[in-house]
Amino acid sequence: MANHGSNGSSDDLTFPLEIPPAKIRFTKLFIGGEFVDSVSGKTFETIDPRTGETIARVSEGDKEDIDLAVGAARRAFDHGPWPRLPGAARAKIMHKFADLIDQHIEELATLDTLNAGKLFSWGKAVDIPSVANTLRYFAGAADKIHGQVLKMSRELHAYTLLEPIGVVGLIIPWNFPSTMFFVKVSPALAAGCTMVVKPAEQTPLSALFYAHLAKEAGIPDGVINVVSGYGPTAGAALTSHMNVDKVSFTGSTEVGRKVMQAAAASNLKTVSLELGGKSPLLIFDDADIDQAADLALLGVMHNKGEVCVAGSRVLVQEAIYDEFVKTLVEKAKEWVVGDPFHPNSRVGPQVNKTQFERVLSYIEHGKREGATLLTGGKPAAETGFYIQPTVFTDVKEDMMISRDEIFGPVMALMKFKTIEEGIKYANNTKYGLASGIVTKSLDIANTVSRSIKAGVVWINCYHGFDIDCPFGGYKMSGFGKDFGMEALHKYLQTKAVVTPIYNSPWL
Amino acid sequence: MASRTVSWLLARSLSSSGPRSALLPRGKKLGLVSRGGIHRYNSTAAAAEEPITPPVTVPHTQLLINGKFVDAASGRTFQTLDPRTGEVIANVAEGDAEDVNRAVAAARKAFDEGPWPRLPAFERQKILLKCADLVDKHNDEIAALETWDNGKPYEQAAKVEVPMFARLFRYYAGWADKIHGLTVPADGPYHVQTLHEPIGVAGQIIPWNFPLLMFAWKVGPALATGNTIVLKTAEQTPLSALYVARLFHEAGLPEGVLNIISGFGPTAGAALASHMDVDKLAFTGSTETGKIVLELGAKSNLKPVTLELGGKSPFIVCEDADVDQAVELAHFALFFNQGQCCCAGSRTFVHEKVYDEFVEKAKARASRRSVGDPFKAGIEQGPQVDSEQFEKILKYIRSGVECGATLETGGERYGSKGYYVQPTVFSNVKDDMLIAKDEIFGPVQSILKFKDLNEVIKRSNATRYGLAAGVFTQNIDTANTLIRALRVGTVWVNTFDIFDAAIPFGGYKMSGHGREKGIYSLSNYLQVKAVVTPLKNPAWL
Repeated sequence: MANHGSNGSSDDLTFPLEIPPAKIRFTKLFIGGEFVDSVSGKTFETIDPRTGETIARVSEGDKEDIDLAVGAARRAFDHGPWPRLPGAARAKIMHKFADLIDQHIEELATLDTLNAGKLFSWGKAVDIPSVANTLRYFAGAADKIHGQVLKMSRELHAYTLLEPIGVVGLIIPWNFPSTMFFVKVSPALAAGCTMVVKPAEQTPLSALFYAHLAKEAGIPDGVINVVSGYGPTAGAALTSHMNVDKVSFTGSTEVGRKVMQAAAASNLKTVSLELGGKSPLLIFDDADIDQAADLALLGVMHNKGEVCVAGSRVLVQEAIYDEFVKTLVEKAKEWVVGDPFHPNSRVGPQVNKTQFERVLSYIEHGKREGATLLTGGKPAAETGFYIQPTVFTDVKEDMMISRDEIFGPVMALMKFKTIEEGIKYANNTKYGLASGIVTKSLDIANTVSRSIKAGVVWINCYHGFDIDCPFGGYKMSGFGKDFGMEALHKYLQTKAVVTPIYNSPWL
Repeated sequence: MASRTVSWLLARSLSSSGPRSALLPRGKKLGLVSRGGIHRYNSTAAAAEEPITPPVTVPHTQLLINGKFVDAASGRTFQTLDPRTGEVIANVAEGDAEDVNRAVAAARKAFDEGPWPRLPAFERQKILLKCADLVDKHNDEIAALETWDNGKPYEQAAKVEVPMFARLFRYYAGWADKIHGLTVPADGPYHVQTLHEPIGVAGQIIPWNFPLLMFAWKVGPALATGNTIVLKTAEQTPLSALYVARLFHEAGLPEGVLNIISGFGPTAGAALASHMDVDKLAFTGSTETGKIVLELGAKSNLKPVTLELGGKSPFIVCEDADVDQAVELAHFALFFNQGQCCCAGSRTFVHEKVYDEFVEKAKARASRRSVGDPFKAGIEQGPQVDSEQFEKILKYIRSGVECGATLETGGERYGSKGYYVQPTVFSNVKDDMLIAKDEIFGPVQSILKFKDLNEVIKRSNATRYGLAAGVFTQNIDTANTLIRALRVGTVWVNTFDIFDAAIPFGGYKMSGHGREKGIYSLSNYLQVKAVVTPLKNPAWL
């Protein structure tokens, strides 16, 4: 039933498995509190990456639909109750929303597995419960948005108001359809904004389900609108809309650049970007090799490598390099490829044909450029978009597989001599999203933490995400933070209020 | 209209569910008589009626130690009385030093070895949210216990205070996972961070005027930050705390985390304040007792102490104020909760230009105040909490008359049974009269005349207290001047008694130390640990 790393053959794979009953209930756009067809009447196919077959046809939003959705969000912001509710009242509705998600965990996890090839067991145990908790965290933040009273240099009284920024456009990627939806929607709701969400065209299904639950929870009409569709049409309309006050985008660096250009060319809306990465994991001589190998594999194989923070460059100090490689190959076998609905599978299919072919072409590049293929390197099944967990050694800094974001289960292994050299390699990238360090030395941990130009440093762990922990990139990995109280500030703007005072007993 | 405004403000400030018409009867659930049956204080009919039977039984009268209800070590009990009649509601276990020792030991163990401080903050949040949900579910019983024991209007307890209690716990639940230390810049190659750690075992002593809200102000931040607690309730009002503490255990609070001792100040309270194994003490009560508490903290283990004490808060009505609104708010500021508020606006300063009109209208408003059985719908004022308070208030009223203040209305007990006092208004009050200097803690309004701003600032600040103030003006400059000049912990401008969960509350001067509610309250229950380590070749400093 499953494939063991590079040794498996497609005969072992019985795809697709019987799946839990998943009726696709929502396929239309959600605008102003109603599910509606697109203005053009057009639909697009959304597919099951296990087979490449069509799951459902979903309304295809375009410019006119974005106009309608922005109009609804604008009215909800300018005249509706949402930004006028006390934070505690918004929190109450958000808690209800979270409770409703908890009641539909299995159904939602099924949609993401069906639509994105994500592990069902993981979705059920981690992803979906976490999105409910993200809502709860920001519900708890809704009544804790503090401005400041200022220390003026003259007889003036001044304070700051942190006001909701208005209508926000949220563009969500396909690799974590649920997590990324709530990473953006939750702080925007807490801040009192209204929003138009464009999910990725690959994974529209759970987003539309969340729209339904939002309405059931009592989120007023127009506060959350969901327009499924493509980037160059719906996405571009949203980012260049004159009536959108802010866009938050997660996706590739290439598209991120377009988003920012569109914002600049239209109404100079503020933008936050969470983009690509080529994150280094540095393993030092004093590391526990077993732990290091586990972390290295987790870093790049988790979610079949379709993770912006994937630890896709593993840099190992030379004294332990050989032993590390041996351990790694052994442990790579634990990353069983198989139907994501099967409880033993750890690697599901890539999200679609484009990604599947892209990853394979990078593997070919790696071979051509002279890297050594240690394990994997091939499709893992005859149907669907499965790829074997793949590890290259002898990777050089200038090879494509060490420079480009592959977004697949492909690890590039490199050797370094000194701490300084490790740091140099780690920073030799246009990206700066995440990084990892494996060491027992306090000094190495502290020195390297400050030296790496990346938005997060995981020491002796990887993927150490937490709701309270801000996350976002350095350099061309973007700007603005998701998660934590910092995320709120993307959806707020600061107003200073100043007035003279007379005869104040203190200043 | 004006009374609607006050109701609305009250609802807005104290209710968790946003604007709604506060203090409306909750339907026929309790078989309460209709609004038509309200009696004014100058009628004696109401008090002559039989008191309404409270729609609740008393479920718990024992001490709560280590998750179990237990008798006092001595086996002793004391009576808790119904202030409507002076009759016994229940005999309650009387905690003393030995019981405090047991409770502190349980809290110590729960802190040093138990799960509570070790739970992820997110899990603590979830339990606190569940506590709030359970309190919502039992809203009416809890409110009935509160009214029975304290005498406050049932509608105030049921529509405002119990919902506010749940609201406070939801607020603090949201803080649990957002308590942030800092990374700190250093002068040299050092990495510096601060850890905000729970302080340990917190001793908390709460008063009888808002038994549940004071519970929430103290227990909420202490639990959110991961501490364990020994709480001593006021001997006048032990019942509601025992009920909600049981609900908290149902919600999943581990044993030993929250221990409740009923008992008296000189015995149980003193034992707690001077206990060597209590790491922090929080007290709300009179300034006199606060001094003793602080001394005991100093004499024993130097435990840090926060105090929320008495007040004689000025309510300043300027010449440009809307007099009708000012009268209504000044009335509310003083008479709310039978005048048993530490922040009561008990010195009503009125500008001479509007003084006569104000006095006339204040008198009329007080005369209209509906006094009676607090379980009756539409009642604004119930009895004072006990005979001691009742006698003290009547003594102050006599002193006002003797000193030459003009008694505009009230001045007597109301009815012939229980601890009801007529809404009382004095005009022509002078700064040196006792009724202008002492905290009366009853339904007695003192109106004073002033001429100009500097004068009223000086007179307002001429008190040992500094808890709160009300300012009534339309003029932005007047408002700004008063806001900064008044030496008090809260200034309400054109409003009064707004007590949101996020608004800090506490006193200047002899009204206390520290702040409760809001982000400020968390620091009362946190220790700050600085962590410093050298950096080798840091990329930046």
